[in-house]
Amino acid sequence: MTADFGIKIEGVSHAYPGTQGLNAAGTLALKQTDLLIRHHEFHALLGPSGCGKSTLLYLIGGFIPVQTGSISTQKGPVTAPGPDRSIVFQNFALFPWKTVLENVMYGLQKKGLPEAECRDIAQAHIKLVQLSGFEQAYPSQLSGGMQQRAAIARTLAVDPDILLMDEPFGALDAQTRRVMQEELRMIWKRRPKTVVFVTHDVHEAVFLADRISIMSARPGRIEHQIDTGLGPERDESTLTDRRFVELGEQIWRLVREQAVLASRGGL
Amino acid sequence: MAAGDMRSVAAVDGRGSLVAVVALCVRYLPVLIMLAVWELVGRSGLVSQQMLPGIGAIAAAFLDLLQSGELVVNAWRSLSRAATGLGLAVLVGMTVGLLMATRPLFRTLFNPLVRILYPMPKSALIPLVMIWFGLGDASKIFLIFLGCLLPVIVSAYNGARGVNPFIVWSATSLGASKEQVLREIILPAALPDILAGCRTALAFSFILMVSSEFVIAKDGLGFLIGSLGDGGNYPAMFAVILTVASTGFVADRLFGSFVSHRLRWKEQA
Repeated sequence: MTADFGIKIEGVSHAYPGTQGLNAAGTLALKQTDLLIRHHEFHALLGPSGCGKSTLLYLIGGFIPVQTGSISTQKGPVTAPGPDRSIVFQNFALFPWKTVLENVMYGLQKKGLPEAECRDIAQAHIKLVQLSGFEQAYPSQLSGGMQQRAAIARTLAVDPDILLMDEPFGALDAQTRRVMQEELRMIWKRRPKTVVFVTHDVHEAVFLADRISIMSARPGRIEHQIDTGLGPERDESTLTDRRFVELGEQIWRLVREQAVLASRGGL
Repeated sequence: MAAGDMRSVAAVDGRGSLVAVVALCVRYLPVLIMLAVWELVGRSGLVSQQMLPGIGAIAAAFLDLLQSGELVVNAWRSLSRAATGLGLAVLVGMTVGLLMATRPLFRTLFNPLVRILYPMPKSALIPLVMIWFGLGDASKIFLIFLGCLLPVIVSAYNGARGVNPFIVWSATSLGASKEQVLREIILPAALPDILAGCRTALAFSFILMVSSEFVIAKDGLGFLIGSLGDGGNYPAMFAVILTVASTGFVADRLFGSFVSHRLRWKEQA
């Protein structure tokens, strides 16, 4: 039986422990969140800052333990981090003491592949993200955009079933971000996988995703789900597509509502 | 084109080394001034030559000690003790510090010990250590080990605590086990701090080497300083003191260049 879902999230709540004093009760980041992400779907999580979208991503990644509810993939319930669910962070999180090649090879070595094969696969992914020639560079010698490419290559190299992305282009300038979005969508088309992409940029979400979940203000849960229906091809012309523009406005209104609620919540 | 590049590189290098020599002289100008003042004060008769022998007398005594082999033998004894104590301290300290940072049980066990032992002057333990380990090498090595251990533990602990958690998460999501995270991620990420701690420990090792040999030893540079001083041979005593200082200085510089090579990944493009 091949299940038709990528990630199933059922009744997930999450509270961060409070410190003494004002916030002694802790902060409820997620409340009774349900979400079904389809197999090989490019899914964007959108919401105001502090709505718990990163928390949800870290729970799927297994980096923080599930407190209530359950999260499962085709491999079963999520209990710990694993190479079937690899992640790209906003601040790249490359290993600064390793070269680009060594960074990309790391996950392959953990899989126990022979060294020559690790090298070949790593090289291929470095080429895929257009970093050929920078194999021996250290992350500190690269620009932000190049570092993020390296981080994406490192994650894609292990060929995860599920690709988690935590505002991966948030630290990049506008032009680089646009280029990276197109490249990511292209790579995803060539190598379909289930992608969960966290962002607070409405146009980024519409441009990249097949479906978008809009989260409520804290405590977060899924407030709206929208099929973008923009088709598999995304490029320069998508940006002027009538549907793209309309969706952008519609989703912006929905996100704004939540952002206003969040600010009224005294955050 | 390649040959042209080579030439221009060589030209820059030639100028570069001249600049480097000048910079070196300027940098150590205070040392040269101190030596000059030293010599002048001695000659002026303000202080007796007994108490502050001239540079020339010290240099002569140094050559004598070198020729008799006394200096080399004792320096070898001292430095091998320091190296053993320091080496053990780095190995144990790094392990304890990293485990304290990553395993709560270790933290609970070792934290109070570290807090109490760190500020305590290790030379205060010399009489006690003499009773425990006798007059041989073991007592000196133990003291050096103990003195060097704490800066290494503290730096490894702080370094490991300060590791960017997203790097650790990245590694686990790429399939690294808990042990692999410690060895392959936290250790290299904490290395800048650990090496800074080792550099402090290196200085401590020289201090403890001399002070322990001064009190309990039949050989070594510390012993030599003590016995020459007791015998009133001040030029020779100063020669040994200056040998210790310059050996310590050279060791620190060598360690410094090892560090910058090891941490070359930190350099910005």
